[in-house]
Amino acid sequence: MSKRWERVALQLAAPALALVFAAALAAVILRLTGADAGMVMPEVLAFGSTPASLVAVVNKATTYYLAGIAGAIGFRMLLFNIGIDGQYRLAVFTAAVVGAAVTLPAILHVALIMVVAMVVGALWAGIAGYLKVARGVSEVISTIMLNSIATGIIAYLLAPGRLAERQAGSNNIRTPEIPASGWIPGIEVEGGTVFGFVLGAALLGTGFWILLNKTRFGFELRASGLSLRAAAVSGVNSRRMIFITMLMSGATAGLVGIPQLLGASHQYGLDFPAGFGFTGLAIAILGRNHPFGVALGALLWAWLERSAQVLDLMGVSREIVTIMQATIVLSVVVAYEAVRRVNLRRQQRLVGRASVDTAKTVVA
Amino acid sequence: MKIVQLDRFNVLRSWWMKALAFVALLSIVANVAGTPDLLSRGAVEASLRFAAPIALAGLGGLWAERSGVLNIGLEGMMVIGTWMGAWAGYQWGPWVGVGAAICGGALFGMFHALLTVTYGVDQAVSGIAINVAALGFGRFLSSVFFEGTPGGGISQSPRVPQIETVSLPGLEPLLEPVATRGVPIVSDFASVLLGALTGVSLLTILTVALVVVSWWLLFRTSFGLRLRAVGENPAAADSLGVSPNRLRYAALTVSGAFAGLGGAFLVTVASSIYREGQVAGRGFIGLATVIFGNWMPGRLAGGSLLFGFTDALRTRQEATVTALVLVGAIAFAYLAIRSMRRDDGRTWIGYAVAAVGLGLWYMAVGLVPSEFVGFAPHLTTLLVLSLGHQSLRPPAGIGVPYRRSEVT
Repeated sequence: MSKRWERVALQLAAPALALVFAAALAAVILRLTGADAGMVMPEVLAFGSTPASLVAVVNKATTYYLAGIAGAIGFRMLLFNIGIDGQYRLAVFTAAVVGAAVTLPAILHVALIMVVAMVVGALWAGIAGYLKVARGVSEVISTIMLNSIATGIIAYLLAPGRLAERQAGSNNIRTPEIPASGWIPGIEVEGGTVFGFVLGAALLGTGFWILLNKTRFGFELRASGLSLRAAAVSGVNSRRMIFITMLMSGATAGLVGIPQLLGASHQYGLDFPAGFGFTGLAIAILGRNHPFGVALGALLWAWLERSAQVLDLMGVSREIVTIMQATIVLSVVVAYEAVRRVNLRRQQRLVGRASVDTAKTVVA
Repeated sequence: MKIVQLDRFNVLRSWWMKALAFVALLSIVANVAGTPDLLSRGAVEASLRFAAPIALAGLGGLWAERSGVLNIGLEGMMVIGTWMGAWAGYQWGPWVGVGAAICGGALFGMFHALLTVTYGVDQAVSGIAINVAALGFGRFLSSVFFEGTPGGGISQSPRVPQIETVSLPGLEPLLEPVATRGVPIVSDFASVLLGALTGVSLLTILTVALVVVSWWLLFRTSFGLRLRAVGENPAAADSLGVSPNRLRYAALTVSGAFAGLGGAFLVTVASSIYREGQVAGRGFIGLATVIFGNWMPGRLAGGSLLFGFTDALRTRQEATVTALVLVGAIAFAYLAIRSMRRDDGRTWIGYAVAAVGLGLWYMAVGLVPSEFVGFAPHLTTLLVLSLGHQSLRPPAGIGVPYRRSEVT
């Protein structure tokens, strides 16, 4: 038992250290630019804990969480789904178009939109998956290329006269609005409205955990992620695993835009938030690809962004938070690697000691 | 000895032949499709201007990957290059900006080496983190240094002076009459020469020189041989007394410097300002040219010219863009015939389908939306990757961290 706790403590030490390091660096930069970190920090903490802030953080984190899980699914299989961004934009765009075009009873309507988003995301990721297993094309490169292709396709289709219309009185171009039967109602709390899909995201995270830890597929996934060759030798069809993992990652990526689309915007336009791909991967790295860790990572990421808004009022550039985020990710990966090595050395010592003991008994 | 020289001559001749054949093909298409703009002097100039930063990013990718390290962080290193170039450039002149951009890029390259080589962090993870970090640095530094300067702000810099351009003397009066005379193929050749040899930025010339220098260093010196050995099999290289880690540090520093220079090019030649989002995926296209060029500098340069050409066409008339579809169809038909003659298995079918598809599209649709031209390089890369994967040969050691104690 104590050994297990030792391990858990080591795992938690890494992100905690990274956070402290990033905060220290931020304080140094603040000082260099002439601000007083001692005065700024309490303000940031106070602003970040108002009810309105917490609601905003949860909403933002829901989106980040889905992107993070999409990344984590791939990472577990040693796949780098850099195409989350393209998959999610193509998926949410198609879902918005389909959702606006049909009228259905409430639950069916929402279900249809979500299925469309997941299918489109999975198909777009599936191209990369197919190229990987059938042609040996690295998914890192193919998904980067697919991102740009998705951008072009959306730019073409999202034009007045094609699948979109110009918003009256602004430069925004957007798809028609989804009827109210296709909305996901929010949860009213003090400070604002929380996306209803936050429950969906929690469900998805739980599902991911069960899949990983309680099913044969999850076992094979984790085994392949640890050593593709060892898993293949013990009978795992690694090509099939790679393809399915890519599909699942893409389907999850397809859901990334759903909280925003069905919870707030109800239509896809030029102003729809984008660029969650790298954020998702960073959060997955931060959370060690664990459903719970990714949730913590997403919340931290969203909280940093939200609380930084107060910095502008104090005459400090809030962009410092992006540096902090990057520092956290960079120091976390280094810390994880250090922890891995410490663990490795510990195991080697344990094994060494055990084999010496065995040898002694054999000799005796 | 004689045979070797003959070989070299053949290679050279085939290179020139290919370039000439390509220009001739474009010229014929331009005439057939009635789009003289395809090969105008302006189009050639613009192509070079768009191709150079892609080639520089590509060289960065080449150096990194030849040493066995994937560098997804190229994009971020280019962003650093644009920022440093603008920051130093607007105060002390463009060449200081170029120097600062190279230093900034190299610094991030070393950082990538520190993470991947020393700490053994996954190469893709480190690259992703560097891209996130570079965006953050760009924004934050702009908010500190550019806000309040004339024309500058959080997302852009003040105006940066341009790098001067040079022309081959005596060419203009000689070729100008030929180019404007409208003789079918001859005039097109004249305007290509005019576009390529007059009004060329010194930085473009430097880029061409760096392609040659990279080739020479990587393939004609013992340093290059060692570097490539590390990229193929670090353990074997190590056993012969070559230090993989030191060479990877060197390669990544050079890689970052190239990306930084590519960023400086964007600021001091392609435009005259730093703007957020200016790099716009050029680092990733650079990675694509590495594959496209099969990890060889010369072909990489050819690939970036092709990408620069499509990139430049986006700013031109739609009819010109449509002519490009015809060029694509002919190019794929050529690839199909070539792979059929080489007996590459069924690869030729894929190329043939692509050729027929593009040909039909040209005849049926007649117009290509400009949005589609934007991803032409990316689509081409995907096609080349998936169809030509048998003839591609990446360095075997890419992505594998090397530690003496953990040889697998």
